[in-house]
Amino acid sequence: MSVVDEPLYPIAVLIDELKNDDIQLRLKSIRRLSTIARALGEERTRKELIPLLSENNDDDDEVLLTMAEELGVFIPYVGGVEHAHVLLPPLETLCTVEETCVRDKAVESLCRIGSQMKESDLVDWFIPLVKRLAAGEWFTARVSACGLFHIAYPSASDMLKTELHSIYSQLCQDDMPMVRRSAASNLGKFAATVEPAHLKTDIMSIFEDLTQDDQDSVRLLAVEGCAALGKLLEPQDCIAHILPVIVNFSQDKSWRVRHMVANQLCKLCEAMGPEPTRTDLVPAYVRLLRDNEAEVRIAAAGKVTKFCCILNPELAIQHILPCVKELSSDSSQHVRSALASVIMEMAPVLGKDATIEQLLPIFLSLLKDDFPDVRLNIISKLDQVNPVIGIDLLSQSLLPAIVELAEDRHWRVRLAIIEYIPLLASQLGVGFFDDKLGALCMQWLQDKVYSIRDAAANNLKRLTEEFGSEWAMQHVIPQVLEMSNNPQYLYRMTILRAVSLLASVMGSEITCSKLLPLLIIASKDRVPNIKFNVAKILMSLIPIVDQSVVEKTIRPCLVELSEDPDVDVRFFANQAIQAI
Amino acid sequence: MNGAGSAEAAALASVGVPLQPLEWKFSQVFGERTAGEEVQEVDIISAIEFDRTGNYLATGDRGGRVVLFERTDTREHDGQRRDLERMDISINRHPEFRYKTEFQSHEPEFDYLRSLEIEEKINKVRWCQSANGALFLLSTNDKTIKFWKVQEKKVKKVCDMNVDPENATGNGPILGSSMPTSSNCKQYTANGGSLDGPFGFPSNDFSFSPGGVPNLHLPMLTCHETSIVARCRRTYPHAHDYHINSISNNSDGETFISADDLRINLWNLEICNQSFNIVDVKPANMEDLTEVITSAEFHPTHCNMLAYSSSKGSIRLIDMRQSALCDSHSKLFEEKEVPGSKSFFTEIIASISDIKFAKDGRHILSRDYMNLKLWDINMDSGPVASFQVHEYLRPKLCDLYENDSIFDKFECCLSGDGLRTATGSYSNLFRVFGCSEGSTEASTLEATKNPMRRQVQTLLSGSSRSLGTLSRGFRRGADNTGVNTNGNAFDFTAKLLHLAWHPSDNLLACAASNSLYMYYA
Repeated sequence: MSVVDEPLYPIAVLIDELKNDDIQLRLKSIRRLSTIARALGEERTRKELIPLLSENNDDDDEVLLTMAEELGVFIPYVGGVEHAHVLLPPLETLCTVEETCVRDKAVESLCRIGSQMKESDLVDWFIPLVKRLAAGEWFTARVSACGLFHIAYPSASDMLKTELHSIYSQLCQDDMPMVRRSAASNLGKFAATVEPAHLKTDIMSIFEDLTQDDQDSVRLLAVEGCAALGKLLEPQDCIAHILPVIVNFSQDKSWRVRHMVANQLCKLCEAMGPEPTRTDLVPAYVRLLRDNEAEVRIAAAGKVTKFCCILNPELAIQHILPCVKELSSDSSQHVRSALASVIMEMAPVLGKDATIEQLLPIFLSLLKDDFPDVRLNIISKLDQVNPVIGIDLLSQSLLPAIVELAEDRHWRVRLAIIEYIPLLASQLGVGFFDDKLGALCMQWLQDKVYSIRDAAANNLKRLTEEFGSEWAMQHVIPQVLEMSNNPQYLYRMTILRAVSLLASVMGSEITCSKLLPLLIIASKDRVPNIKFNVAKILMSLIPIVDQSVVEKTIRPCLVELSEDPDVDVRFFANQAIQAI
Repeated sequence: MNGAGSAEAAALASVGVPLQPLEWKFSQVFGERTAGEEVQEVDIISAIEFDRTGNYLATGDRGGRVVLFERTDTREHDGQRRDLERMDISINRHPEFRYKTEFQSHEPEFDYLRSLEIEEKINKVRWCQSANGALFLLSTNDKTIKFWKVQEKKVKKVCDMNVDPENATGNGPILGSSMPTSSNCKQYTANGGSLDGPFGFPSNDFSFSPGGVPNLHLPMLTCHETSIVARCRRTYPHAHDYHINSISNNSDGETFISADDLRINLWNLEICNQSFNIVDVKPANMEDLTEVITSAEFHPTHCNMLAYSSSKGSIRLIDMRQSALCDSHSKLFEEKEVPGSKSFFTEIIASISDIKFAKDGRHILSRDYMNLKLWDINMDSGPVASFQVHEYLRPKLCDLYENDSIFDKFECCLSGDGLRTATGSYSNLFRVFGCSEGSTEASTLEATKNPMRRQVQTLLSGSSRSLGTLSRGFRRGADNTGVNTNGNAFDFTAKLLHLAWHPSDNLLACAASNSLYMYYA
């Protein structure tokens, strides 16, 4: 029990708390590990702190996770790269815990440290660690081992390399599906470090085993490996070995595997190159677009545009568009919704003529879809089509769709369409907007749901930003002023909200002439909630308007409010007065 | 090993040498009732399961507790093969278990939204993959599934602190004038938050000499003893509108299912706020409801296959590869109704209370109120074997309906080699049947220290059974006596609902009320 000098006291406490019973304190202490290390000095950090941490493997996950993260950047505190190996033992223990996120972080930190270590140190310390983990009794260690090979491998001698190959291939045949999954998902990284000669023999045979695994969950990870390996192999090997696998996967019995192929398809195409894409992957993709399982079609539909970008427009029109047409009337609403979210982006890819001829009917049918999400998704991407074919062709169908969404009985749908109104306004132009949508925007201010009213108020502000205050003077302010007399105080509150938002974009002149009088009237409202909101808004106006206006109008009003019988009104009024 | 076992059995059957019936002997009892002792409701065992290795046994009870037992007799031989070989004969010792630990898995809750009480009763326990010497298991009550980790932990004591509270007082006000008393000092130590407070924290620009500060030292840990700690690692709540009747792990090691009356959900063990509904039998109009899910289980090796049973007596096999929503089954197993025999009770007693896959993954055992049936998943025309468990109760169905016994859900189990099956009955009886072809084994045992007490009677009735080898299925084990040997009526309150067969040995664990009886053969 030594006496600690006063300036060191916080450090001393921090060190003690490494083992405190309270997890929050331990966490805090672990997060300051670097401070502790600097206080102890490099040598004692190596000899005392690190061994202490190595024992600490049954702590709470959160503590372990933080520790794994801190140790990843700890090299400077143990005396630089030549001592980096002392960090390996505690991370090795963390690689074996059962919580996945801790293990993943430990592996990440090990990779970070390993990539800085000297080659000889890697051979002396890192590779034995990988071998120990790979031979671990519990599957957790073996799972972690898979993620370390790509760091260990490059510095290994030829003999060691052969050994590492065979260890990895054992891991790919492990009894535990968890280990095989880890091996499958790390194969790409490992393969990238392996010499081309071994790649074609050892790695490919490992890969083939994985693609035939009887666990769906393993096979579907091998799909990702296709893309990674495809990039590494020579084109002819790729076509010979990877392409058939992809085609097989795209017809796998398990929908989850096919789903994965649909998700990864663009990456796979990039890896395979244009010719195999045209001959083999287009048919595969077409099959996926027509898959029996809706989940697969959803994934495939979501990639339509990306895939068409890879192809040339003729191929896309010839092979993909017919499927797209079918999908636009798919039985699953989620498929149509996925399609709607990307199909507008196809317009620039296909060009004006094809868009008008082929896509427009699809747009129009999706705009009439029964399912609001589909219509919303189309509307949200309007800006993609506008430059290609202009909005006029769509506007006939657009308007009923918008109006219907605006009145949908689900408030979340109404909310979603409000969010898109400024976008629509910019695409449709002032004229069209005023004619058709202006009234809607005002109608939302009196919606039954607060979130909608709030969004409507915000919408007015965004529209004003879009069209300018001149426009707002004509099309917004009069209506707002009119509604301020609504008998429902909740609606009057919405107007106040709109006023405060508009004030920030209208400029001081209009604010003083139009909005301020409204507020002064509202300050005499019979409902206290209105009054203290007026006080709040007046406070926010102070920086916007002229000093003279503040003194002449705002202050007297606030003073009056500060003498209100209601305590909340007085509070906010006083707060505002102080802000002047 | 298992495959070889069944091949051997098949070979035996083909040369017409049926397996010898097992002679069951009492092994152990936990929580035995003394005469006249009243059983507490909360102590009644409601779930039972051996882990994959057979080294552990878990039970759940109505009080929401999970009790773990650990095998004691194999420990000393672990890994020493030569010793094992030398002691080949003495290996015949039967497995013995000892109490390991227990923990409170579920507490009674109240669902305020629906004004429903949620019982703490454990409906199922399932073992998961163990790791790092810790045991993992899933337990569920009607609504919530929990994932438990049970581990021996070293009790560590921290010593050699930098700041010792008592020492600090002895050395005067080292904290400066603002915190002169020992009580403040303790507070300071215990509350690291004050580090960010008035003292200011040594931020990263705080400079230390390159060699560090020599008089700071790290806390030391001393280990005194170990204790077994159970921690709830995850809770999977709010996914079931109806009562959960089964949970089952997938062979992929990362997913499991939970089934309630109308739905089956698929979970990832690591994600507790999201599950996928894979089966939904809820009709659009609840008045059209004719059938509920009674039990569900994953295939032991094929990660994509699962089976569930229904209240109408059918078993459906599902291939999860086909579709994300598996409302349509791949295979349906049900027995055709015998025309003309329909009565008010027909549907009630047809309801399957439990299904189990055999280890080979080819057979499914099902239990309904009257029978135990063995199905081959390659044959959907009918069961390959059917064993009458409660035929003698047929005349009494009316009484059983009135006292609700007819709704009792008896579980069933298969031996590790798939050659025998067992299931429970009333009066704390359980029955064991040989299910390899040609086997005539059908024993009735009582969950007491003397299990063979009723053996005589069974053998008598056994001789009268007809071996219907003409049809592909065969029926036997008909027990026509309605009373036991003493002439007493069956005791419908002493029902043996839950039992489990050791995965490799002939060892049965039976739950009779609050007692756990183990028998070996």
